[in-house]
Amino acid sequence: MVHLTAEEKSAVTALWSKVKVDEVGGEALGRLLVVYPWTQRFFDSFGDLSSPNAIMSNPKVKAHGKKVLNSFSDGLKNLDNLKGTFAKLSELHCDQLHVDPENFKLLGNVLVCVLARHFGKEFTPQVQGAFQKVVTGVANALAHKYH
Amino acid sequence: MVLSAADRAAVRALWRKLGSNVGIYATEALERTFTAFPTTKTYFAHFDLSPGSAQVKAHGNKVADALTTAVAHMDDLPGALSALSDLHAHQLRVDPINFKFLGHCLLVTLARHYPGDFGPAMHASLDKFLSHVISALASSYG
Repeated sequence: MVHLTAEEKSAVTALWSKVKVDEVGGEALGRLLVVYPWTQRFFDSFGDLSSPNAIMSNPKVKAHGKKVLNSFSDGLKNLDNLKGTFAKLSELHCDQLHVDPENFKLLGNVLVCVLARHFGKEFTPQVQGAFQKVVTGVANALAHKYH
Repeated sequence: MVLSAADRAAVRALWRKLGSNVGIYATEALERTFTAFPTTKTYFAHFDLSPGSAQVKAHGNKVADALTTAVAHMDDLPGALSALSDLHAHQLRVDPINFKFLGHCLLVTLARHYPGDFGPAMHASLDKFLSHVISALASSYG
């Protein structure tokens, strides 16, 4: 369970309401693949990932990024039950996709960087702190069903 | 994960742009680290960690100087940072996981202040550079 103060919850909700989930998702996933190139191992079928430009403009990366961030959005609506919310996805990532949960932490931190870039001054240390709790909670929930 | 010529050029160019503000950003990165990763405060129980603290600012400047040294010696980070590594390993005894937290918060600070410069390739080069710095800092451990 993620323990956010009332202030943190409202800061997260307020900022998230301004996030363009489609764009931010693609940017976060793209940056993950650029900054941590070994993560490309899960996306062999995505086509051209040969350069930062190729990755960031790849339509499959954008589509998948959107999917991932929509899931994340669901998490934000269920901060009191992240493990329940992500139980099925956790099983999927373990049993079918075979994704090392370390990658969830990497993506979480990349998302924080993307939010900082988009929101600038608004992304205060306190807001960052709240989001770090959220991304850690989501990463843990996604890893919860691994065996 | 070697630092390519392109990585080094990118980091140097950004550092030139930061100019005399490196201290300000390192201080902000420290503030973010204390806020986002509260366990890091355990190493600073003797500090005033309230917003605007002079001690945090002074420490930010120290971190800034070390990073600037690192930028100037990217071809020999272990050499350039060996004294700092000894200090952190043997005197301060900081668990190296904490270097990653500060590194991440530096990236967040730079993304916040230089959104136009913080493209994916720059993000990658900075992350690599900081990983090498962290590696050099951890080299005296054990």
